[in-house]
Amino acid sequence: MAARNWIFAVAVFLSLSTFSSAQDLQIVNAERRIDLSSHIVKAFLTLKVENIGKDPAADMLLAFPPTQIKNLAMVQALAVTGKKKKKIYLPLDVKPSEQPDAPNDAGYFLVSFATPLGPGEAVTLEVLYILTHSLEPFPVEITQSESQLVYYRDSAVVLSPYRIKQQTTFFKTPSTRVESFTSVEPANRAGKEIKYGAYEDRAPYSYAPVIVHFENNSPFAVVEELVREIEISHWGSLQITENYRLTHGGARHKGVFSRVEYQSRRSISGSSSFNALLAVLPPRVNSVYYRDNIGNISTSHLRTGFKKSELEFEPRYPLFGGWKATFIIGYRVPLEDYLFEAPDGRRYLNFTFGCPLVETIVNKLTLKVVLPEGSKDPSAVLPFAVNQDLQVKYSYLDIVGRTVVVLQKDNVVPTHNVPFQVYYTFKPIYMLAEPLMLVSAFFFVFVTSLAYVHIDLNIVKK
Amino acid sequence: MAAKKASPDLVNSSFSFKSLKLKTKQQELLLRVSILGLVYVLAFIARLFSVLRYESMIHEFDPYFNYRTTLFLTEKGFYEFWNWFDSESWYPLGRIIGGTLYPGLMVTAALIYWTLRFLRFFVHIREVCVLTAPFFASNTTLVAYFFGKEIWDTGAGLVAAALIAICPGYISRSVAGSYDNEAVAIFALLLTFYLFVKAVKTGSLSWALGSAFGYFYMVSAWGGYVFIINLVPLYVLVLLITGRYSMRLYVAYNCMYILGMLLAMQIRFVGFQHVQSGEHMAAMGVFLLMQVFYFLDWVKHQLNDTKLFQTFLRITVTSAILVGGIALGVGTASGYISPWTGRFYSLLDPTYAKDHIPIIASVSEHQPTAWSSFMFDYHILLFLFPAGLYFCFKRLSDATIFIVMYGLTSLYFAGVMVRLILVATPAVCLISAIAVSATVKNLTSLLRTKQKVPQTGSTKGVGSSKSSSKVTLDQSQPFHKNGAIALLVGVFYLLSRYAIHCTWVTSEAYSSPSIVLAARGAHGNRIIFDDYREAYYWLRQNTPTDAKVMSWWDYGYQITAMGNRTVIVDNNTWNNTHIATVGRAMSSYEDEAYDIMRSLDVNYVLVVFGGVTGYSSDDINKFLWMVRIGGGVYPVIKEPDYLVNGEFRVDKGASPKMLNCLMYKLCYYRFGELVTEYGKPTGYDRARGVEIGNKDIKLEHLEEAYTTSNWIVRIYRVKPPTNRL
Repeated sequence: MAARNWIFAVAVFLSLSTFSSAQDLQIVNAERRIDLSSHIVKAFLTLKVENIGKDPAADMLLAFPPTQIKNLAMVQALAVTGKKKKKIYLPLDVKPSEQPDAPNDAGYFLVSFATPLGPGEAVTLEVLYILTHSLEPFPVEITQSESQLVYYRDSAVVLSPYRIKQQTTFFKTPSTRVESFTSVEPANRAGKEIKYGAYEDRAPYSYAPVIVHFENNSPFAVVEELVREIEISHWGSLQITENYRLTHGGARHKGVFSRVEYQSRRSISGSSSFNALLAVLPPRVNSVYYRDNIGNISTSHLRTGFKKSELEFEPRYPLFGGWKATFIIGYRVPLEDYLFEAPDGRRYLNFTFGCPLVETIVNKLTLKVVLPEGSKDPSAVLPFAVNQDLQVKYSYLDIVGRTVVVLQKDNVVPTHNVPFQVYYTFKPIYMLAEPLMLVSAFFFVFVTSLAYVHIDLNIVKK
Repeated sequence: MAAKKASPDLVNSSFSFKSLKLKTKQQELLLRVSILGLVYVLAFIARLFSVLRYESMIHEFDPYFNYRTTLFLTEKGFYEFWNWFDSESWYPLGRIIGGTLYPGLMVTAALIYWTLRFLRFFVHIREVCVLTAPFFASNTTLVAYFFGKEIWDTGAGLVAAALIAICPGYISRSVAGSYDNEAVAIFALLLTFYLFVKAVKTGSLSWALGSAFGYFYMVSAWGGYVFIINLVPLYVLVLLITGRYSMRLYVAYNCMYILGMLLAMQIRFVGFQHVQSGEHMAAMGVFLLMQVFYFLDWVKHQLNDTKLFQTFLRITVTSAILVGGIALGVGTASGYISPWTGRFYSLLDPTYAKDHIPIIASVSEHQPTAWSSFMFDYHILLFLFPAGLYFCFKRLSDATIFIVMYGLTSLYFAGVMVRLILVATPAVCLISAIAVSATVKNLTSLLRTKQKVPQTGSTKGVGSSKSSSKVTLDQSQPFHKNGAIALLVGVFYLLSRYAIHCTWVTSEAYSSPSIVLAARGAHGNRIIFDDYREAYYWLRQNTPTDAKVMSWWDYGYQITAMGNRTVIVDNNTWNNTHIATVGRAMSSYEDEAYDIMRSLDVNYVLVVFGGVTGYSSDDINKFLWMVRIGGGVYPVIKEPDYLVNGEFRVDKGASPKMLNCLMYKLCYYRFGELVTEYGKPTGYDRARGVEIGNKDIKLEHLEEAYTTSNWIVRIYRVKPPTNRL
């Protein structure tokens, strides 16, 4: 199939050899390093792009095969200027883009240059893209004593709408155990690295499918769904509650789970399983809890620091392939670290997006910011696109309910842990509503008892 | 006790602020209310030890069922709950939950939950369930106060409230998290009794009505209502015999019985049992007897001729007894009146269950009570009780007769069954409170009269000495002031010992949730064994949702509540045959057991094993009960096969049947490879202190699916049958 794609792609290219401004750019040199050591595939792509046309080019396209585009969690691009010692990195704007004549449903990202690339000029770009769910376990089911082998499918050459003069691709595997890899000459393997290339002068949309079959026992911690709720209390704290539905996304566990094997021969038994997780929480975190539907889970340690706090915890049982665990982590942080007043008088929350667990993929992340009762005009500012929604939540002593800003994003990786802001207006007088309610309730009780003691309800005088 | 300490300060302070000086009545009210308030809070917080030591969680076995049903009730509403057919338990039979449970507890918790939500307190239903028991314990102290006030005086009421607030016999069943029927039932029980005594005392229809509703609440909450419906008629009978029959009694009992019966029949689990079953016949008999009594009274009133009345009396009584006897005989013979249940029998005859119903005898809380547990649960109340009885007999009234009867009967039942200590506790506390209050009052008034004879009247309202003048106090007795002081000090010393004992018992013995086990490590650190929840959560997350789990019935409720999986048998032991089938499977050889498990569609088998940790209440130690219960229905299972010379052992000397039965294999599978204790051979069972007899266990039809980190729970998967060629 993949081979046919390639032929087809070339055919498409040949038939459309005269189309668009794409031909005005060419890639002089491409180097790609794909890190396969965890279940999050990170690819670093260094491109040297040259304008061979007559008009200045404002942007360029990055192409991805359809199998990758749906697993693509993030694409970032940096322009590199300056020589070796004094390199300056300039982040560029990257947007998903639709091309009407995309061959074989290839997906595109549009990178806008900082300044349009004049004719004959060249620029070096660093592109980072992250793929999730791209390692396919094979065999699909393993026993407790086996280690986990996975397939990674990609192309030996970079898929690009531009001609690439010279290119190399490196795959970095987590261990030296590589069962097999497709050979596209020249290709060779040394230690943990497989090198494809260098390939000279490849036409646009060239594609050379390769499969790497290797051992990967890193924890395949996949959070199927994470709901984070950030509740703002203007009385001094943020309460964060995180509901996790975690699963082991690797090869499914088959047959027996033997406790004897697991506890006495830990090195060879259950090597693909994991039982410890690490969450990076904000500094000055307090009142941390870790529990699930049926109660507290006692296996956790918290280390607080100035820059960050680390919560090391274990699920109730080790997670083997396909096993699931749900749990809740909650904590509180001081309000002054995260809530500020904007120059226009509005307040804004500045908090980190994403999932606090290290090296995990989140399939579906829902972040709910619960604003204090009486807040108005909420708006969220994020560096990337998310689904936004508004809800109403009732909490303690609420009458009209609290506005909840719901941010929802699929396929979240640790690189999404960046600050975001939620702006809203709030009148401080609302802070007093709830205490006043309580005060009046107690007042009423005391007045009633006062009345009860003093009023004689007997009809007949004794 | 708090009462006595607080009183002088408050009085002094009110004297110093002349402008704010309260009237004596108000002072007394303030004192009483603040003491009661303190006791109320004390009763609540003493029960929070379990939350402090462990966490806010549901305890033990039955509370998990209650919690699960409460959750269902709050989520689906009352009608769904009432009509709930639970297919997750007693597979493949299922269980009609609405018709086989006492809904009082769940409805109470749900009402509290809904009220709190209405008041904008968005608490979790689990917190409500956890705190229901302490909340009702606090309410019980209030009822105890009013009850004490009714049978003796306010002072006794206050002491009773304080005593019952911390009495271990009650705390053992009402700590936070012990979300069981008894938690609200003791409140309902005491309330019913209190209202009934009040009704008898006043002859008022409204109090009788109140007691009928109290009774209804009790019936809806706990099977122990049978105690009320037998004690009240007995009390009425005693009053009749002792010639204390009055119109007040007639009104109180008839109203309470008729209305109470009608209300109780609304509870589906009770239904027509209330008029048909043997346990309820005494109440009906006394009801009829009362009508006869009233009729005779009326006839006597009409006939002025004594001789004629005597003849009439003879004829009526004989015919009434005859008719009653025939009705009872016919009813029993025709099966209209059901005979007494096994549990009721075993109350009257403690040896009955042991010989006839192993399933009742196997429960540890159904064992006869040891002396030590009386001492543990009552402490000083144990010898204050007779003293209180003395005072009661000294001032006999309708109310004191009731409390004496309640105390004596419940104490008998407490002796028969450990768990019934709970029922006796309020009576013991009340009677002891009378003893304490009367003694202290006598002594203090003695002190006071010696000091300032002319001023007695002015200090009358202070503290508990209000009505002391009524109490028998012989002025002429040459009591020395010092003797009185010494005695007072002695009383306070005892009471403070009691307080210390109660706190200690609560924190050490009665606050363990028994789901989470805690032990002390070698360095004095606390080690938590959370294996139960580990296993249940594993089941919940990693097995198919329709999986059926077979385990001994003890863990049924927990598996359905925490593991959310279907079980074969659970703690609602309604079908003895089904339990016996599981017992038979556990005590058979693996291939025989496999056929049984296949016939029950079992996917997983769960056993509890303490050999690694030394946890002694595991399935191996319960195994003989499985054999007995299994053997009770299936004679193929014979207890002697598992014993060697009448001794139960698991080491090399064990019987071959024992070494190869399913339970043994599942518990000890691959245990022979493990070193559990330094310096001991492999496969050393720490719970029983022996090296196991069969280290080479092969499983053919089952495979290990999960074993928890301390091996306490082991789960096995039943393999599908192999293809036959």
